[in-house]
Amino acid sequence: MKHEINFTLNGEAVTCAVDIRKSLLEMLRDDFELTGTKEGCGVGECGACSVIIDGRTVDSCIYLAVWADGKAITTIEGIAQADGQLAPIQAAFIEAGAVQCGFCIPGMVLASDQLLKDHAQLSRAEIRRGLSGNMCRCTGYQKIIDAVQLADAKRQADPKTVVLPHFNIER
Amino acid sequence: MYDITDYHEATSLAEFFKLAAADPKARIVAGGTDTLVKSRAEVPAFTGMALIGITRIPELQGIEYQADGTLSIGALNTFVTIEHDPLIQKYVPLLSQAVSLVGGPQTRHMGTIGGNICNAGPAADSAPALFTYNTICEIQGPDGIKDIPIADFYRGPGQTILKPGEVLTRFKIKAADYQGFHGHYTKFARRNALDIANLSCAALVKVHGEQISDLRLCFGAAGPTPLRMPVAEAYAQGKALTDATLAQIGQLCLRDTHDITDWRDSKAFRDHLVTVLPGRDITAALRGA
Repeated sequence: MKHEINFTLNGEAVTCAVDIRKSLLEMLRDDFELTGTKEGCGVGECGACSVIIDGRTVDSCIYLAVWADGKAITTIEGIAQADGQLAPIQAAFIEAGAVQCGFCIPGMVLASDQLLKDHAQLSRAEIRRGLSGNMCRCTGYQKIIDAVQLADAKRQADPKTVVLPHFNIER
Repeated sequence: MYDITDYHEATSLAEFFKLAAADPKARIVAGGTDTLVKSRAEVPAFTGMALIGITRIPELQGIEYQADGTLSIGALNTFVTIEHDPLIQKYVPLLSQAVSLVGGPQTRHMGTIGGNICNAGPAADSAPALFTYNTICEIQGPDGIKDIPIADFYRGPGQTILKPGEVLTRFKIKAADYQGFHGHYTKFARRNALDIANLSCAALVKVHGEQISDLRLCFGAAGPTPLRMPVAEAYAQGKALTDATLAQIGQLCLRDTHDITDWRDSKAFRDHLVTVLPGRDITAALRGA
């Protein structure tokens, strides 16, 4: 059985007749071919499938596709700047070397971006708690937290050199 | 894909009653963080039926402070809303602390406090706090409204007294059940996030000078449902606040808990936690008093 839903996907108004049995994750990947959103555990325990819905980080694997009706959804495909430049948080992940296998990274980047939007300034402890719904089995998290700190520091002052607790990053 | 036959979105309580009457086999889904996980795991009661979504029903939202001091909390408030709500933080801060420890941010954005109680998991993080506040569950059904104490709402693991067509609408906490109390909750789990408690304990305590004048304790995951500790609570009344008293409170809790060994933890370790967590919680609760 299909329901027709209307929602905003990465800034664009879309209409879709979706199978009511699908998760948002399945609709994004199968119907919209937006395969940046990854399926990890499938039961809301790892955060790999995180997307932003009306300004909140949500696991799309345990979110019914029909619930998207009327919502504004951002996936990893919608986070770069309008001119194609990477978003500051994406650039910070690269600069801090926060990526290893990459499977958790779309969810990690989205959760980090929303965390930065929700807080004018972030402590390391706040970043840890803010990203506690996203599991990474490669990095040990330190460089991911470094990346968010880096993005936070850059938006505060845009200095030439940002000093992090663990290492210095020369521009 | 989920093994469901249809989906209906109720946008008012009246519409919910109509939808539920038309399809008595349909299940309610709130934030989906338990229901959809069980459906995905093909738990028989969660497959092969229609779902009725209730998160867009306005009557189930809002947190209100009523004229007599009663706090009325809509069942469909998410954990994030409860955690940060100024009324909750001011009057029932133990509840704010407890729900801040649920899963991870993603779960707390979608999961609702009503869903947490209706799922009736023994380890639900919101339950011990709600039990110690003597919370009243407001249930609405085709026959009208009824108020049920939360301790009478549970029938067993995953089982509540809710009948088909009924919905848990609000939680009500009376002023006498929060005024003058200090609370603390410990979630004892393997990880700090994205985990379920091996054992949890909420303490709500009132002191007069150096004496305990009122104590309420509730454990999660120490039995088939969240459990209050009548023996230890009665003992604590009027006792001096000493290490010996706290140790005896912990020992007496073993009279009311029913710890078991399962894949998460052993009975022996849970019993040990039962004896130490109340004292730690009481001490932590009174640190700010």
